[in-house]
Amino acid sequence: MSTENGAEEKYSSIGELLETAKKCRRNIVQMVHRANAGHPGGSLSAIDMLVALYKTRLNVDPSNPDDPDRDRFIMSKGHASPAVYSILHEMGFLSSEDLTTYRVMGGVCQGHVDMKWTPGVDFSAGSLGMGLSFGLGTALAATLDGSSRTSYVMLGDGELQEGQVWEAAMAAVHHEVGNLKVFVDRNRIQNDDFCEKQMRMFDVAEKWSGFGWAVHECDGHDMNAVVEAIEWMDTITDGPAVVVAHTIKGKGVSFMEDNPSFHGAAPNDEQLILAMEELE
Amino acid sequence: MTLAASRDGYGSALVKLASDPEVIVVEADLGKSTKSQNFRKLYPERTISLGIAEQNMMLVSAGLATSGYKPFASTFAIFTERAFEQVRNGIARPNIPVHICGSHGGIHTGTDGSSAQSIEDLAIYRSLPNMVVLHPSDFNSTEQLTIQLANTNSPSYTRTARNKTPVIYDEKAASKLQIGKGEMLTEGGDVAIIACGVMVSKALEAAESLSSNGINATVVDMHTIKPLDGKLISSLAEQCGCFVTAEDHSIIGGLGGAVAEHLGENCPSPLERIGVADHFGQSGDGDELLEEFSMGISHIIAAAQRVIQRK
Repeated sequence: MSTENGAEEKYSSIGELLETAKKCRRNIVQMVHRANAGHPGGSLSAIDMLVALYKTRLNVDPSNPDDPDRDRFIMSKGHASPAVYSILHEMGFLSSEDLTTYRVMGGVCQGHVDMKWTPGVDFSAGSLGMGLSFGLGTALAATLDGSSRTSYVMLGDGELQEGQVWEAAMAAVHHEVGNLKVFVDRNRIQNDDFCEKQMRMFDVAEKWSGFGWAVHECDGHDMNAVVEAIEWMDTITDGPAVVVAHTIKGKGVSFMEDNPSFHGAAPNDEQLILAMEELE
Repeated sequence: MTLAASRDGYGSALVKLASDPEVIVVEADLGKSTKSQNFRKLYPERTISLGIAEQNMMLVSAGLATSGYKPFASTFAIFTERAFEQVRNGIARPNIPVHICGSHGGIHTGTDGSSAQSIEDLAIYRSLPNMVVLHPSDFNSTEQLTIQLANTNSPSYTRTARNKTPVIYDEKAASKLQIGKGEMLTEGGDVAIIACGVMVSKALEAAESLSSNGINATVVDMHTIKPLDGKLISSLAEQCGCFVTAEDHSIIGGLGGAVAEHLGENCPSPLERIGVADHFGQSGDGDELLEEFSMGISHIIAAAQRVIQRK
């Protein structure tokens, strides 16, 4: 935002991103309501980052979803699948009709993100703690290929309790992978309750820093800050980079916000109406 | 009789596979033991070491495989099991061709004791959809079957053994082996002995001894536990009418289990299973432990005699 024009340009694109995020939020809530199951809370906390990443950075093509030289996006917290499906819809990978198959037998949109079922999905998740390792594998492959493609991974904060995450964190620094970029969705809630009650993690950024990662913190719902965080990731080329994004679980729907009950529960009919009003 | 360890056959195969630029070796510190070090010494730029972290190794391999590489990832058989759920959800479920090798399988591993003696690996990997499960019997067959894996578009688990055992195949004979096809090593109409891994040479010795007592045994090296060569088993049910299985693995769920399932559903026949009878191992010399656990040559002979009586 060094010039007035630049600022304007950025402002207008930020406005578009916010508009896209709102559309995604509506689809997330509707998908979970229709399925009467799913994970709205962590989808709503993650969606602003997904919108910014897909719209401003990720090199992917809906007409060629398996392009070997595409960037990779690995959603490690695979239960936040409605967030992924909603942005894949905005990007042209999935139709509106596809979104209605969420959690439906034979549907394109499986309960947890699955690379075998959904175009544009790079990783079959559903078991926490595995995505960073997979992303490290795709990043190492890009280096071996001499390709400039980048692997982005999103982790949940509760997921950081899985030991495998730290196996991968250590290895990524050891191998100096500069093409591996991670978001931690620090929404402070996991399945049963607040992380603080389930397993205290103290200063998450400090933990990554202790493992040797380049670390940046931001407000995961301030679209300007998220875009800047992605730009910051671009500048880290000598090793892995992580953005710890402070978010609100259920962001955008008042009764879901910061509410552990909506980690994995669907809104009822009345709640759907309320949510849609709030997401107008 | 030449002796060699099947894990050395694995290491040798990796070096032979190096001409394929997509082949890449992934390690979790035990390359000296699994013999992936043979590849690492020559091709360090295509070897990825991940430290003592098996769970990470499995998913890094999956990421490499979806990016066009053919990862061969190895550790001890028992430590692959630490990452079983990673193999299940991250490799087998999305059907990603990662080739896992677990060395030091079975109680024949010996003096390291029960913590290092996997006796359940074949059973658990066999239960996963999409997986190919191999347990070759000697150096040359391990080398040959590992080379074939590079062009197998399924995830796989191969168990190798720590200790030197008789070389059964010369290179020419090994070159005729095929994944999924059991290899008939002797032919006889009285009993079929289906064996895998270190137990194949024991089965051959047992058959020789039976033959001197007028009992003619067919010995099959069932190097592929999955997909099981059911066609061969069915034809042996007709020819021999009874079976002994011999494996350095729990009698539950491995080769014996697989053969029992096939026989029960297709051609019910008397069966005796030689293997670890639902208990853990202990320290000792490999062959000494086989005797201690009733898995020696004399036990195979006795099982054959018993099962013939049940026809």
